[in-house]
Amino acid sequence: MIEIKDVSKWYGTFQVLTNCTTSVKKGEVVVVCGPSGSGKSTLIKCVNALEPFEKGEIRIDGLSVSDPSTDLPKLRARVGMVFQNFELFPHLTIMENLTLAQIRVMNRGKEESIEKGLKLLERVGLKAQAPKFPGQLSGGQQKRVAIARAMAMDPMCMLFDEPTSALDPEMINEVLDVMVALAQEGMTMMCVTHEMGFARKVANRVIFMDRGEIVEDTTKEDFFGKPRSERAQLFLSKILQH
Amino acid sequence: MGDLDLSFFDWALVQNFLLKGLVFSVELTIVAMIGGIFFGTLLALMRLSSHKWLQVPAALYVNTMRSVPLVMVILWFFLLIPFLTGKPLGAEWSAVITFTAFEAAYYSEIMRAGIQSVARGQVYAGFALGLDYSQTMRLIVLPQAFRNMLPVLLTQTIILFQDTSLVYAIGAYDLLRGFTNAGRNFNRPVESFLLATLVYFVICFSLSMLVKRLQKKIAIVR
Repeated sequence: MIEIKDVSKWYGTFQVLTNCTTSVKKGEVVVVCGPSGSGKSTLIKCVNALEPFEKGEIRIDGLSVSDPSTDLPKLRARVGMVFQNFELFPHLTIMENLTLAQIRVMNRGKEESIEKGLKLLERVGLKAQAPKFPGQLSGGQQKRVAIARAMAMDPMCMLFDEPTSALDPEMINEVLDVMVALAQEGMTMMCVTHEMGFARKVANRVIFMDRGEIVEDTTKEDFFGKPRSERAQLFLSKILQH
Repeated sequence: MGDLDLSFFDWALVQNFLLKGLVFSVELTIVAMIGGIFFGTLLALMRLSSHKWLQVPAALYVNTMRSVPLVMVILWFFLLIPFLTGKPLGAEWSAVITFTAFEAAYYSEIMRAGIQSVARGQVYAGFALGLDYSQTMRLIVLPQAFRNMLPVLLTQTIILFQDTSLVYAIGAYDLLRGFTNAGRNFNRPVESFLLATLVYFVICFSLSMLVKRLQKKIAIVR
């Protein structure tokens, strides 16, 4: 579904990604972790070409995201993305947030889009919030709306960029519950997160990144059981301490 | 110095001299505001584009306009058009075009700041949903930029209203011209200009009070 081949990226002379190669198969849940500044958020933004990269290739469903002949908006519409800072549209209601791209990108009718939106809001437990504005919701609620907004496009896969890091601790679980349910339904997911509990519960594979490189790319059993690299061991010992 | 005599100021004078001028001043302000914000937004988008061939001409235009006194632009345009086309355009039309073109430069700087005030992540979110560049701008970035900048845009419009008095230089019939003619007609130029100042002050001051209230309201919603 997602193939990342030899991707390198520079900010000026500073190399942020070095020869990253991995893939996510249909139905797989892959967790990307690593210390901050390791390039994991950059990598996931490269996947749907929000960030350009200088070397290598990324294919989604066989289509290269850096090929100028690829219809990027069309491809991105089929890839759901949830951002660290929510990025709900503050000038639109919750319902409008959910219907905007359905109407403008998928050319769905307004009524059908609203119906779909209500169904998804119900699923994440926020049906009553439909007429409100994002600023009136809590962080956890906004994050669930962001997930519902991505789901409204019937995505073939979902990208999560640190979905819980901007949240208060008591809101993390309500978001993780939604994500676990999605994973258990067989949604293909690539997820940058420090939530090792989430990784243990639903991940098929864990990718560990450090200094722009993919250091480990292995099953979650191997990653938690016997990480091969010293860097991953160090990271795990730090993150699992508390 | 004689005493001030304001007895000439009555409803008939308003009807005969001032109303026509006020209507033109307000029309000119509104048209130049709408046109200026429209073209200003285009200029702002050009300056923020990653293409040099869009950036450079827009920057050149904005910086030139902002470095020249408005009255020069008004005069030059008024004199240049008959020279180029052989036909005079008329003071009113000339003023409308000049003000739109001039104000676009100022509005563009405001819109540029407004667009930059919208977080980059909002653009990402639009793109990630499959919206293209123009949809992302129209539906997500510009509405927010416009709202963030509304008080500043309106303040600029008040300045624009004051500046419309410069069409005096090319003989268009605006509010100031109305007062001038009235003063001449009744031989009371000092009183007439005094009243003109007062009227401009009252209009602009009350508008800026309104903007202040609006600013507070927007701040709460945000």
